[in-house]
Amino acid sequence: MSEDLSNVPKPDELMRIDHKPPRKGWMDVPVDFKPGTYSYTAKAKNLKILGMPNPREWSPTDEDWKLPENWEEIVREGFKDRLDKYRSFQLFMDICVRCGACADKCHFFIGSGDPKNMPVLRAELMRSVYRKEFTTSGKIFGKLAGARELTVDVIKEWFYYFYQCTECRRCSVFCPYGIDTAEITMMGRELLHLLGCGINWAMEPVANCFRTGNHLGIQPHGFKDTLEFFADDIEDLTGIKINVPLNKKGAEILFVVPSGDYFGDPGTYTCMGYMMLFHELGLNYTWSTYASEGGNFGLFTSHEMIKRLNAKIYAEAKRLGVKWILGGECGHMWRVMHQYMDTMNGPADFLEVPTSPITGTRFENAKSTKMVHITEFTSDLMKHNKLRLDPGRNDNLIVTYHDSCNPARAMGLIEEPRYVIRNVCNHFHEMPENTIKEQTFCCGGGAGLGNDENMEMRLRGGFPRGNAVRYVQEKYGVNRLACVCAIDRATLVPVCDYWAPGVAVTGVHEMVANALLMKGEKERTTNLRGEPLPGKEEVEDE
Amino acid sequence: MILETYPPDASSFLKQEKNQFANPVGNTILQEIEDIYEELLHGRDSEKLSDFLDRIIKIRAIQDFSPAQAVAFIFHLKNAVREELGGEIRNDQLFEELLEFEHRIDKLALIAFNTYMKCREKVYEIRVAEVKNRVFSLLKRADMIGEISEQELDIREENIDSVV
Amino acid sequence: MGLWFSLFTVVILVLLVFMGVGVVGLNSLFGILIPYAALLIFLVGVVYRVGKWTKAPVPFRIPTTCGQQKSHPWIKANNFESPSNTFGVLVRMALEVLLFRSLFRNTRAELRADGPRVVYGGTKWLWLAGLAFHWSFLLILIRHLRFFTEPIPFFVNLVASMDGLFEIGVPTLYVTDIIILLAVTYLFLRRVVIPQIRYISLAADYFPLFLILGVALSGVLMRHFYKVDIYKVKELATGLFSFHPLVPEGIGLAFYIHLFLVSTLLAYFPFSKLMHMGGVFLSPTRNLANNNRMRRHVNPWNYPVKVHTYEEYEDEFREKMKAVGLPVEKE
Repeated sequence: MSEDLSNVPKPDELMRIDHKPPRKGWMDVPVDFKPGTYSYTAKAKNLKILGMPNPREWSPTDEDWKLPENWEEIVREGFKDRLDKYRSFQLFMDICVRCGACADKCHFFIGSGDPKNMPVLRAELMRSVYRKEFTTSGKIFGKLAGARELTVDVIKEWFYYFYQCTECRRCSVFCPYGIDTAEITMMGRELLHLLGCGINWAMEPVANCFRTGNHLGIQPHGFKDTLEFFADDIEDLTGIKINVPLNKKGAEILFVVPSGDYFGDPGTYTCMGYMMLFHELGLNYTWSTYASEGGNFGLFTSHEMIKRLNAKIYAEAKRLGVKWILGGECGHMWRVMHQYMDTMNGPADFLEVPTSPITGTRFENAKSTKMVHITEFTSDLMKHNKLRLDPGRNDNLIVTYHDSCNPARAMGLIEEPRYVIRNVCNHFHEMPENTIKEQTFCCGGGAGLGNDENMEMRLRGGFPRGNAVRYVQEKYGVNRLACVCAIDRATLVPVCDYWAPGVAVTGVHEMVANALLMKGEKERTTNLRGEPLPGKEEVEDE
Repeated sequence: MILETYPPDASSFLKQEKNQFANPVGNTILQEIEDIYEELLHGRDSEKLSDFLDRIIKIRAIQDFSPAQAVAFIFHLKNAVREELGGEIRNDQLFEELLEFEHRIDKLALIAFNTYMKCREKVYEIRVAEVKNRVFSLLKRADMIGEISEQELDIREENIDSVV
Repeated sequence: MGLWFSLFTVVILVLLVFMGVGVVGLNSLFGILIPYAALLIFLVGVVYRVGKWTKAPVPFRIPTTCGQQKSHPWIKANNFESPSNTFGVLVRMALEVLLFRSLFRNTRAELRADGPRVVYGGTKWLWLAGLAFHWSFLLILIRHLRFFTEPIPFFVNLVASMDGLFEIGVPTLYVTDIIILLAVTYLFLRRVVIPQIRYISLAADYFPLFLILGVALSGVLMRHFYKVDIYKVKELATGLFSFHPLVPEGIGLAFYIHLFLVSTLLAYFPFSKLMHMGGVFLSPTRNLANNNRMRRHVNPWNYPVKVHTYEEYEDEFREKMKAVGLPVEKE
């Protein structure tokens, strides 16, 4: 018996089977496209309608990607062009010292362990080519200087890893030089698009948005139907008939939301929330069927595409003759509105400095762009006691708040939503400090990656967030995760379902509407989701 | 040992970073494996064990592991015991105890396999739910789903009656 | 590979001095020509690189906000992490450049219940070592001004006397010398020991470390062990800077090694990642104010793009819009 025991293989021997093969340098490890970790490619029809290059049917698992014949030249030219146009790009190619501070800050690296998901290495995928093509030392010393040839394998690697970055900017918070991987990913995707290599879950919304005004291709009559459908639901709940102003000329405010809010649950409840709030205020506002999308997947495509899609916001504000623009709860939409819109499609000199018609507050922080975030608007109302609220109606919810990447790190919108939440619910608990505010973790499905074929990668990326949610779930019994982002409202649902089952996702204005005491409303027995209100459970049963 | 089944750079990261939130993967695995060990030694019920296993396997189920690799770590526990206690076992002739312990580990492996499958099924369920949610609400709005309402049902039944 | 190549290169550089000065006696080559050439490359190179960066436009205002924006007067804005005016930007940049704010963020000490103990230690060390390294380097540089100036400015003497405060040994041991050696050693070791850092490290990361280590070591050696004639060194240095270069006899080989490694560092500087010194000031995610919606930022190359106009949209959907009573421009 003791004989047998000594014959048992030693742990290290067994371990060797489990180890990955002896590690090669990262440049020599080609990409392996496994199902569940990449997104399907853009359909030809979507590229055609946008006039984008090389439309074709193909798959990342194909050996031949059907790149244009002179693809190297296209990449080289495109690279050079962008170096000349963007100081950020040039600088970020040059000054990284590879200190590694960013390495463990990426949710995809934390969740997957794949070294190329370290932000520094994600950027090196591009820098290596930059050195070879554009620097003397790279040309002379080659691999020694961290340079490498531009090959088809490099393009494949770019496609894999630049569509494994959600442009959340968390790494740039920790970088001593502020190197922003989102910026590098955006350039990488622009170059890939020159070759016709995009993903359909980004390009179909872009194509739809271009033609019909929103990501889902909902046509004007469909949009009207949808909002009226919500109005009916609201009437059932409150007994109040809400009218839906659409394409109304001479309204004071143009209201723009991400289409996720009127398309999929639970975003729809947030949308109803806006409608109820505006009705209660008697706001002179309008929706637009043409500018029926605040979200902008151009941000996940190219700078040019951001501008092409964003143009309709100001154009529609001008056509309708509104005074200013109010924007709903959305993450990347607000990066575009805050950091790009005015520069790209401004100046908006035909609009007025936004002023709340209810409180008279002038939104000085939006005096040039003339667009206000809904939580800035609502928090102002609350500060001035203009809303009658019963937070007790949300007593069945124990809430935590997820800062969406772009509002937190590209805008600094941190306290406004919290102020609103504290006013409409009694049980609010923060997640641990290094997972919120500017250090917030991404949902794992931003930047066009929120498709279902990519689910495993999303769950990996969503793990740090899910882990923090689970922590407050166990500690405080949290059952509702609030956020101000339409993508979050779609992608955090599976993240919570997998990592912290039992926690549902909500928009902030859904909770506002639940707490809102409306003039002439009948006694509500349920909240917008049809869940019985606290204290009304028995009524429900009877 | 479990951490070593991750790629080298990842595994050392997982070992180093102690903060639960900065390094949730490593933290979860360390915490749970301690608990599993405890439970195993005391030979307690499988329900609690499967709870612990759940947390580890949940992570491994969505990472780049084959099903076998994802649950193989259970068997490493055997090696850990043989390695650590090999001398004692031989000297004190504790072979029966060893067999009993390894038997428990084998049972654990079966539970692990179940857990792994449960996690994978969950992933597919989530995928399906997401697609369904998207399509269904759209169709409903577009009035393209002929959901049979109670009223309609009544009418039909009436019709049937009249025919009869 | 990068590590050994870098080490090998630095060793070769040192051997070159042994050959050139020690054996062949090319004192004026190593004492005058090479330092001049290196300085020229440094100056021209840095100006060229920084010039190239500043010439590239900043099309969009893309600060990474790390704190509350300025919105309502009753919400406290964080003007240093999310600056809304120039003052805030200046403070943010100063914190970044002088105190390495972003690296420090890593180190927010987190106490865990079981202990209690501080976590995130590794990253805190990076911040500390980085800060120690850069500040010692600067102080050492200032101290060295006494070789080039006559009379010696007061702050140079001040720095030197502060630095030698502990008055250990003759000549006095400088604290910064010790710190820089320790810091560089740490920065090197973490590249070798931490696997993920080793994975991303290139020759371009090891080489400057070895070079700086060589410079610091040769400096310490010639101050404390292989003493060189300080007056002759000053004679050489002031000669170089007054453009009347001469090479005094018998300065000592250690000095030439020191000088040659410094020259190499200077000449290498503009081609390397060391340019982060200039780059940090230009980073658009840090040096721009988060006042995007208050003041319009102008993109110099903003060009018209093809959009889908309302007219085109209405043309396509007019009948459907009319059918559901949506107002249209053209009946």
